Amino acid sequence: MRRGPNLANVFITILLALLSLVALFPFYQTLMMSFSTLNDVGANRIFLYPANFDLAAYKFLFAEGKVTRGLLVSGIVTVAGTAVSLMVTSAGAYALSKKSLPGRGLMFGGILFTLFFNGGLIPYFLTLQKLHLQNSLLVMILPLAVNTFYLILMKNFFQTISPALEESAKIDGANDITILARIVIPVSMPIMATMFLFYAVDRWNEWWLPTIFINDTKLYPLQLVLRNALTNLSASVGNASAEALVRGTQNAYEGSVRGALIMIAVAPILAVYPFVQKYFAQGIMIGSIKG
Amino acid sequence: MSNSVQTALQHKPDPRRSRSPLRNEISKHKYLYILVAPTILFYLLFTYVPMYGIVLAFKEFDYSKGIFGSPWIGFGNFSNVFANPDFLNAFRNTVLISFGRLLIEFPAPILLALLLNEVSKGKLTRVIQTVFTFPHFISWVVISGILVGIFSSQGLYNQLLFLFGLEGRSVLTDGPSFTAVLFLSNIWKEAGWSAILYLAAIAGINPELYEAAAVDGANRFQQMKAITWPVVKSTAAVLLILAVGNIMNGGFDQIFNLYNPAVYKYSDILDTLVYRSAFQDATGFGFSTTVGFLKSVINCALLLAANYFIKTVAKEEGL
Repeated sequence: MRRGPNLANVFITILLALLSLVALFPFYQTLMMSFSTLNDVGANRIFLYPANFDLAAYKFLFAEGKVTRGLLVSGIVTVAGTAVSLMVTSAGAYALSKKSLPGRGLMFGGILFTLFFNGGLIPYFLTLQKLHLQNSLLVMILPLAVNTFYLILMKNFFQTISPALEESAKIDGANDITILARIVIPVSMPIMATMFLFYAVDRWNEWWLPTIFINDTKLYPLQLVLRNALTNLSASVGNASAEALVRGTQNAYEGSVRGALIMIAVAPILAVYPFVQKYFAQGIMIGSIKG
Repeated sequence: MSNSVQTALQHKPDPRRSRSPLRNEISKHKYLYILVAPTILFYLLFTYVPMYGIVLAFKEFDYSKGIFGSPWIGFGNFSNVFANPDFLNAFRNTVLISFGRLLIEFPAPILLALLLNEVSKGKLTRVIQTVFTFPHFISWVVISGILVGIFSSQGLYNQLLFLFGLEGRSVLTDGPSFTAVLFLSNIWKEAGWSAILYLAAIAGINPELYEAAAVDGANRFQQMKAITWPVVKSTAAVLLILAVGNIMNGGFDQIFNLYNPAVYKYSDILDTLVYRSAFQDATGFGFSTTVGFLKSVINCALLLAANYFIKTVAKEEGL
């Protein structure tokens, strides 16, 4: 064996462990801040743990309709959007994984081209407006149905599946759609789980399209609720003098509420991530082999 | 040659159908076309239709007349753009920030992957890697919320300064330190994620190579240099080409969620300028479209140049 536990090994492990603690600390401190009282945040009395454990920030946020509504909108968009994306992408990737498909090169080339050339913001805006996607939840689902990188990962994964599996089904008279649903998808669980995580997280995190296309506050996803709360804050950061910021009580009262809002947005990802994480290293590894 | 003649001879026409071979091929694959149809429709509708709107760069946009009806004005928009001081500022910032990212951010995941590869694959290593990858899945809206918290007057950063008896600072309103936050926070968010791509490439190396090298007396550093590094290098070449093809982008999501008017001079990039001139300042759709068009063209040219350079000069595989 080339790697025994030796001094270098121990040293690198300790270094990486320390770095990962540093990487985790901002999340940890935000969590602790969300559990603190407003006064303690203002008086710098939280560092490693809250001086007085308090759920007031969460109670305040859930009592206010905006957050609950935002959660609902984000939940709907995430479930529906992930379903649409998984169906469209896996169907498209499967077809494009067949080298014998006439026109495949043209279709795939046309897709790759969009990675590096696009119409820009204004033409995109006008197009989506023409499609009546303004103030509709569909604007967070349809324009994001396919992610080109995910499509390529999936296509490459499908190309690694042994053709013998499909051949036998073909002889039994199954068509391509049946083969995809009954044979290919069940043996592609690593990539399906990976894509499920990626798409679900992307839909949950989407803030740009609703920023531009959703004016109706009732349709704000959680990210937009959060963004608006933070923008008010950073506007005040921009205007205040540095001195007033450092000394002042400028945003002290917002600390725990901001922390709680952030934690509400992070919690669902934290809940799903560890379970899917073991799949995605495998999924990416097979998918990123050039094909 | 002889092969293709043979197959052509063997391919006897089916007497029952008089359709051309192409139509035959297409009907044989009809279910695959049904499967790919939604994907193609998606790309046509959401990426190719907007490309037509680029003509706006050569027109004076009139909302009531639409894209078709607006009058042509030649290169008027372009001269407006190049005379605009905000554009020149944003152009300079975009290039500087992108080069800063290549210099400072690009090596981070390579280093991380090499380190992760050197330690034994135990439970602890898996936990460490999970932690490093996690921030990638958090949106810039949330991350910037956390950063604003860290650098606020009562935040972690100023608490640490007080602890050492130093005076507090307002990091996010100071141009140069804001730029430093951009680089560091992007490493924090994305390095663990990008490291996976390198680790995936390293995982494809045959372990017998290391054993043979060890038998020949190569130490760990020599093994890394001779076996791991060449594989890492070709992955890095592909990622470098893609990064160069993105130089005109500069990282909209991050900057847009983090910046404020106090640091426009240092951090306003083309994408944020386009956004503001389109939706906030109403400088005009023509201006925004023109800047967007310039961006796309330069990005494409850089991508092709980088790909050519990597293939011919650095003798790597490229795209």
